Order: sequence, then C-alpha cells, then structure tokens
Amino acid sequence: MTMINFLLAGVGGQGTILASDVVAAVGLRSGHDVKKSEVHGMAQRGGSVTTHVRWGEKVFSPLIAPGEVDFVVAFEKLEALRYIEMLRPGGVVLVNDYAIAPLSVSAGNDEYPADERMRTVFRAVTPNVHLLAATAMAEELGNAKANNVVLLGALAHCLQEVPVEAWREAIRERVPPKFVPLNERAFAMGQEAMAELRNTM
Amino acid sequence: MRRFLSGNEAVAWGAWESGVRVAAAYPGTPSTEILETFAPMPGIYAEWSPNEKVALDVAVGAAYAGSRAMAVMKHVGLNVAADSYFYASMTGMEAGLVIVSADDPSMHSSQNEQDNRHYAKFARVPCLDPADSQEARDLVGVALDISEQFDTPVMLRLTTRISHSYGVVNLSGTRPPDERTENPEYRIDTAKYVMVPGNARRRHPVIEERVRKLAQFAESFEHNRAELRDRALGIVCNGVAYQYAREVFPDASVLKLGMTFPVPKDLLRQFASQVDRLIVIEELDPFLEEEIRLLGIAVEGKSIFPICGELNQDIVRESAIQAGLLPASVSVPKVQLDKGPLPPRPPILCPGCPHRGVFYTTNKLKLVVNGDIGCYTLAFLPPLGALHSCGCMGASIGVAHGVSRAGIAQHNVAVLGDSTFFHTGMPALLNVAYNKSNTITLILDNRTTAMTGHQANPGTGRTLQGAETAEVEFEALARAMGFERVQTVDSYDLDEVETTLKECLEAEGPAVIVARRACALMPDVRKEWVPLRVDEDRCNGCGLCFRVGCPALVKSDVLDEKTGRPKARIDPLLCTGCEICAQVCARRAILFRSQLTAEVQ
Repeated sequence: MTMINFLLAGVGGQGTILASDVVAAVGLRSGHDVKKSEVHGMAQRGGSVTTHVRWGEKVFSPLIAPGEVDFVVAFEKLEALRYIEMLRPGGVVLVNDYAIAPLSVSAGNDEYPADERMRTVFRAVTPNVHLLAATAMAEELGNAKANNVVLLGALAHCLQEVPVEAWREAIRERVPPKFVPLNERAFAMGQEAMAELRNTM
Repeated sequence: MRRFLSGNEAVAWGAWESGVRVAAAYPGTPSTEILETFAPMPGIYAEWSPNEKVALDVAVGAAYAGSRAMAVMKHVGLNVAADSYFYASMTGMEAGLVIVSADDPSMHSSQNEQDNRHYAKFARVPCLDPADSQEARDLVGVALDISEQFDTPVMLRLTTRISHSYGVVNLSGTRPPDERTENPEYRIDTAKYVMVPGNARRRHPVIEERVRKLAQFAESFEHNRAELRDRALGIVCNGVAYQYAREVFPDASVLKLGMTFPVPKDLLRQFASQVDRLIVIEELDPFLEEEIRLLGIAVEGKSIFPICGELNQDIVRESAIQAGLLPASVSVPKVQLDKGPLPPRPPILCPGCPHRGVFYTTNKLKLVVNGDIGCYTLAFLPPLGALHSCGCMGASIGVAHGVSRAGIAQHNVAVLGDSTFFHTGMPALLNVAYNKSNTITLILDNRTTAMTGHQANPGTGRTLQGAETAEVEFEALARAMGFERVQTVDSYDLDEVETTLKECLEAEGPAVIVARRACALMPDVRKEWVPLRVDEDRCNGCGLCFRVGCPALVKSDVLDEKTGRPKARIDPLLCTGCEICAQVCARRAILFRSQLTAEVQ
C-alpha cells in the first residue's frame, strides 16, 4: 500500500489550514485519493493547529497514526517538537526556524526548549530534519504570512515526482489575486532553499 | 461534479440537492459549518435560532407546512431540543425532516461526550451514521426519503471526525425544481398533530409499529452493507470506526451499518453465522454491541476497545493486539523520546479580549463567579482563575440564584455572554426578577457569538442570511422583566466596571449589568488596533500587569536594578491597545493610546 502521510502543525494565524488545503489539492491533482482532517479546538488565536493529509490509492482513516507520518511540516519549532513522534523513523521534517512563545513561557513560568535539545530529539527519530528560515524569507519578500508557502516550496522539492505546476496552481487558487505574485516568489524561495540544504548535506 | 468537502459541507450540499427549503440551527462545534455553508445557497431559508429547541420547532413547523426541513445542532444541543424532538417523533410530519446531531467524542469542545444514538432508540427515531463526506452528503437525501416514507423525523448522526474531515464527494450539483406556484394549504389533522393525552395514546402504537417497519426496511437498506472477506473475523461497525476497521483489518469481513437504529436483526444474525468470531468496533457507548447481545449472539466490543474518547487506527490496532486478534508484529513501532515537559498552548482569552477586564475586577472584589459557556469560560485558567462553575448553556444565572438563596460567606455573580443569554439565560433571568434574590447578573455583550467563530445572534442586528433586523436592547428587556437596577458599562473601563459592581453589591435586591464591548477580533475592531508600549524607565517589574493574563504582555530580558525582577514588555504583534493593563499599572508605566499619539505629535 503506497500511502503518503503529511502532518502540518503551526500556531493559529500562521496559515496551517491553507497550507494543508494546498497539499490536499496537489494530491488530488496527482490522481491520488485524499483525505484531510483538521485537529483544532476552540476558535481562539494562539492555539495549536494541526492537520493530517493523506494521499493514497484508497484512503480509509482520515487520521494518521503515530509512527506513520512521512512528512512533518511545522510552521513553528515547538509545534514540530510536540508532534515529532508521529513521524515514521527516517521520515522528513521541515521546520520553520521561528519561535512563538506560549503564554506560560512569555509569563516566565515555562522555558521554551533550546534549539540544541530540539535537534537532539529530532535526530533520534530521523536524520532528515531541515530547518528553514521561512518567516524570515517571507518577511524579505514583504509579508511574513507567506511563511507557509515558503515551506510548501520546500515540501514540493522533496516530492520530485509531483509536477511543480500542480503546486503553483493549487496555491494560485487559494490566495487572493493580489497576493499571487508574492506567494509564487515565496514558493520558489522555499524550493531553492531546500535544494541548497540538500546539496550541502 | 467532484468536490473536496468536509462532512459538514457535504451535509449542506446534500440538503440543498435533496430539496430542503428551511433549515435552522444554533451554532455549536462541531456542527456550525453546516448552516454556514447552506445559508448562501439559492432558493432556501436558513436561520440561526436563539437555541436548539427553537431551531427544531422551526424545522418541525416547516415540515408540518409541507416543506423539507433540517435542524442542526451539536450533541448537547439535542438535550436542549429534546422536548421538541420527542413530540416530533409522536406526530410525524407532512414532509421530510432531518435532525443533524454532531457528537463530539474526545470532547474537543464540549462538556461531555454523550452518544446520541441512545436518543434515536429513546424516541423511536431512525438514526443514520455516515462514514465519510460522500456518505454524509448521500444520507441527507436518504434521511428525507425515509422520513417521508415512514412519517418520522430522522436523525443524521455525525461525529467531530466526520464533520471536520475532508474527502472527495460526487455531487449532482442540481436541486429538484420547485414546482410550487403558490403556497400549499396547511393540512388540518388534529388527531395527528395535537398531542393531548387522548391523541397521544392513539399515536403511541403507531410509533411502535413504525419502528417495526423501519427494522424491516433496515434489513435491505443499501447502506447496511456486509462485505464478506476472510471469515475468521467479522466486524460490525458504523461511522468513522468503519475506516479504522478497514485500515487495521483489511482482510476481515465487515458489516457496515449506515443505520444504527433500528438495527437489522436478520442481517446481523446471518453475518454472525458466517464468521467465526464477531466483534463490534464503535466509538463511545456499546450501542450496537448491546443490540446484538439482545439477539442472543455472542459478541465482543468494549471488552477490547475503549469506551472513552475517539478511536483511531492506532488505538484499534493496539487494542486488537492486546485481545489476541492480531499478532504483535503488526504494531507500528513507536519511538520513545525524552522530550521533557513541553510548554502547552491551550486556548486562552485573546489579547484585547473585553472579558479580561471584567474578570480582573471580579477577582479584585473576591467574587464567586458562576459562569457559563463561551470564550469567557477560559477565565477559569490561571493567572485569572476567575470563573468557578460552568456546566451547560445558560446555567450560570440559575446556579447563581441558587447559591444566593442558599447563602454563602462571599458575594457571588452570574456571568454569561450575549448569545448564551439569548440561548437559555433569559428564563433564568426572569426567575431572578420574579423570585427576587440578590443575584447580580453580568451579561458580557461582545456583539457576537465569538466562541464558534462570530455568528450573528438576536443582539447583533443581522441574520444568518445577512438581512438587517431588530437588535435586542438588553437593558430594556431586563427592565421589562422587573429589574429596577440595570446598568451598562464599558468592559474596557476598569473603574466603571468596579464602581458599578460595588454599587450593585451594596444595594439590596437583584441587578443586571451589561458589560458591552465588541470582540477584539471583529473586522471593524481590528482596524482600530494600536499596540501599546512599556516605558522601561518607569516599570519596576512589580508584575501587577501580568495578573491580567494577557498574551501580549511578556517578561522582558531587562531586569529592574533595584528589585532584580524582569520588567514588562508588550509584544507589538499581539497587542490590540485595549488599555486594560495600562489601567492596572500603578506606576503608569504602560503608555495609553493618547500618550502614544501625543509622542508622535
């Protein structure tokens, strides 16, 4: 059974849902059966947002079980750490090198995990951890909100068998027309950044 | 037409394509998107009703009038609507009526995880249970057909995982043409529709006979499907559990029940006789398991799979391994990681939330707060810890009245939001006026139903379909109920909130305080956001501002020279400029909007 499982994680407002809509649409365009499940609680800003997207010949469960995720795409570092055990050993982790402190951290009651500790944990699951400065890249383009599309570019680079045009089209259909050029640049930037990371490995 | 739809969107499409003319609901997770998707569709009427009981009565009325109708609610909404639900089962209708109940296993956003299949059996109403988005769409039309064929309301039971999962759905994209040129005459049939005891006694046997016929129908119902594969194991399942069963036991025989009440007895007996071992995989209660056991068939279910919470393929697989149904070798290896404790990211009151100042004040006055369901429930969390009871929609005022009548050492107040007040708070407020306790009711009017994502309500002056409408005046309503002390305050004005609360606490008799301020996330309010700033020279790190519990207020890396404590800093990306912290700061170290403007000039 060939199945590709994606787990996308972020913090409310980072564009996690839109990104997972794109991943689902690309799967459909590539001829897969697709299911997507949103796992978010109450409609509040600042909460964790997680989505599961599954591509396959025939997808039954809309959820991915622990140890079955092929790609973790995290828009925030702590959220990557939170869901890392969902990854299958050797799976791919794409992490936005960006931290959003939860209330308990900003209030000084908890500590945000140090980068080194995160790296150690990630490495215990997989060698394929890629930290990308997606928010910084998006800011460079003029809008931090495009951080999600930067990571989609990186993800597209990891899925060479999928035609790039499927990604571009799915993104174009989901962002307001005036933001299309920005998002196309963000996507290309993510692709290039990922290509560079892979070459240096 | 192929679309990628959530279960909720698929239900809306199914309703439109099968000719539903009238739909009513009260927003509630995980059901809210159904009416939001349905409302803009052409040729239909859709409304947010004040509560689920009213919504169901509206749908029943439409069905009495000969139009296909739908009422939508979350599982606990059916508790509110139960009275109407039961009479609707007794009377039947003139046209199809589907009642959508969205259950919430795992309680992603609910106070309990009741299994509403029991309500189907309780009221002798057939229950359809879709397993994916396609079935969610298909079963709406099927439900309406069954409703008309058997003269019964039909429950369409969703769960969070069905409502909020997306899959490919084939749609017709068309709706049967409305052939009515004028409104039909209301058909008078008092023996059927006036449920006085004499008529009700004649109806009850009709209802029991209806269930017998439905059980017959269930035997050949196309959505009750036996898939025979390997005969060693047979699995009876419904809803999303079907997907987990197929994924974990690809070779097993499966009896998938699209109708979970009434169950097809012969089909079950036949299926059981064809397999060596029979199990049930179902979320929450052992509903099917008990129905099967009543037939005298040996079956296992909850002895293997958990009764609490959602299932998923991992839980099903591991439970099956434990029970010896599968070899341990099929277990998906899991990594054990030493991650240490991770800081949680729970839902919290947003930066700029108008509720925050009110709760800061009730804390300051050491009030016991009998709370209710809405965003403001989150005030129970630290550092505020300002809400002390919350059970169900509208409970706050009745509970506060009871507390007040019993008598406690502290003062207590009832706190609830605008939409919750309309939902079930109104009769309880009337009770306070009528029975005159000292109860103070704080209505937090943030001009919207915020928790479920900004739905309109009778206080907003807008309907679900965007029409302008009358806007309830809380103050006039309270006076009409008999309250003499009715005050209005700005939720952002801490002095005003405190002074008014104190006045009401000192006075004899009941009071209503309307604390008004629009939700900070409303589009118009967002335009007015101005991030505030801390004057580092003035801040001495006393930490008082942190007690308001705003995510935008963070501890700075800069320490105060004298006290050694971290100074406060404001995250400009999060701060909306509500000025609650600025009012709390004793050293005036947090600059007000006016000060920031003056600086610029």
